[in-house]
Amino acid sequence: MSSVEHASAVGGARSGPGLAALLKVELLLALRKRADIANPLLFFVTVLALLPLGVGPEPELLARLAPGMIWVMALLATLLSQESLFRSDFEDGTLEQQALAPQPLYFAVLIKAAVHWLVTGLPLALLSPMLGLMLNLPAAGYLCLLVSLLLGTASMSLIGAVGAALTVALRRPGLLLALIVMPLYVPVLIFGTGAVQAAIDGYVFAPQLAILAALLAAAAALAPLAAAGAIRISLDN
Amino acid sequence: MAWQWFHRLGSPRWFYQKTGAWLPWLALASVVLLTIGTVWGLGFAPQDAKQGHSYRIIYIHVPASFLALAGYYIMAISGAIGLIWKMKLSFAVMRAAAPIGAVLTVIALFTGAVWGKPTWGTYWVWDARITSMLILLFLYIGVIALARAFSREQVADKACALLALVGTVNIPIIYKSVDWWFTLHQPATIKLTQSSSIDPSMFYPLLTMIIGFYCLYAWTLITHTRVLVLQREWRTQWVQQELLAGESQAGEGK
Repeated sequence: MSSVEHASAVGGARSGPGLAALLKVELLLALRKRADIANPLLFFVTVLALLPLGVGPEPELLARLAPGMIWVMALLATLLSQESLFRSDFEDGTLEQQALAPQPLYFAVLIKAAVHWLVTGLPLALLSPMLGLMLNLPAAGYLCLLVSLLLGTASMSLIGAVGAALTVALRRPGLLLALIVMPLYVPVLIFGTGAVQAAIDGYVFAPQLAILAALLAAAAALAPLAAAGAIRISLDN
Repeated sequence: MAWQWFHRLGSPRWFYQKTGAWLPWLALASVVLLTIGTVWGLGFAPQDAKQGHSYRIIYIHVPASFLALAGYYIMAISGAIGLIWKMKLSFAVMRAAAPIGAVLTVIALFTGAVWGKPTWGTYWVWDARITSMLILLFLYIGVIALARAFSREQVADKACALLALVGTVNIPIIYKSVDWWFTLHQPATIKLTQSSSIDPSMFYPLLTMIIGFYCLYAWTLITHTRVLVLQREWRTQWVQQELLAGESQAGEGK
């Protein structure tokens, strides 16, 4: 891949341009795979549209369930799209080259996770107010839902990258990936839904959002480190 | 060299030969302590003023919960030692610790549910600490499942160690969860820094049970690790010799 050749030529001392090129390539690749962008969103909308069919169309009931259901479905949509995060790069050897490149693998993982968030988490969060409307979410919850999903899906993209890196060498990682990543999503889910519920009930929700932001900061610092280590382990396989 | 003992500890052979002598003592200690603790706790400790006899399940519930949590740390730390110092033995300890910890977590959850029925009137509530224990169980299951997915043991070891380390991020949350969302569950009764809110007549049998559980845990962990060491090192000469020696001993016994 041209970015890798470029990156190697630049050398370790100046890794900025190499990483900028990597970001460009990753974005371009992500934007070209239209179906991969659309599928998580369609999943998100479809499953939430099934919810009233399952529990009944009473507005009060839907309003009670809305924050939690939207959050859980956003979690699942992120998770389902995570499996392919490193897959093609692993299969065509790009990942191996990136592990050998003078640029730290840490930043390569960070870039991949960021691009993943840009094409899944961001649209999911932007779409969430519409689903809130369909599920009769109380008006006080919209802003908080949007902001909490923006922060939370970014954390989940980063945390999921660790699981994706650990399972990339396996042939059918789907369910295993879900099994190992889901427990790690729990704090994000708790504070995300907690924030929306607090907003609906008329309490302050800034503390929960601050904790979500703190989780994101911690995930951005630590998750790429773990994922880079996991990629090196998977390349050994 | 100060580090010599550390590296010697990392040798599977040294571990196997040394721990063989410890096992009977550990087994004896755990049987004695668990018997004393059980009889004392179930038969002689006073009734609880509010919960009556039903509180007595604390003598199983609390030691199992302690070790379920401590076991995760043991698993993660031995995984970290394996990753850092590339020790084969500590990976074996990590792999042995995973199923034991998972079983202890199940015991803690089950006894908690049994205790919850007479006390809270329900087997299961989505309370912070119960939920945290359930998540701990999922973390254990994740490690076990990941280990099984790889065909090469070395890769499985490293991947599990990394996952266990990542999972430790959730452990402080498990502890802190009681303070964060205080709900149905009673606050922790045993505090190391302050005086406990449990009466000494109930506390001493509990302490006996906890120490007994630790001994039992150590015995199980060492036994399981020894089996893993034999499985992994069966091609080496010392294992062949050990097995031959064991066989000839068994022959003499007949």
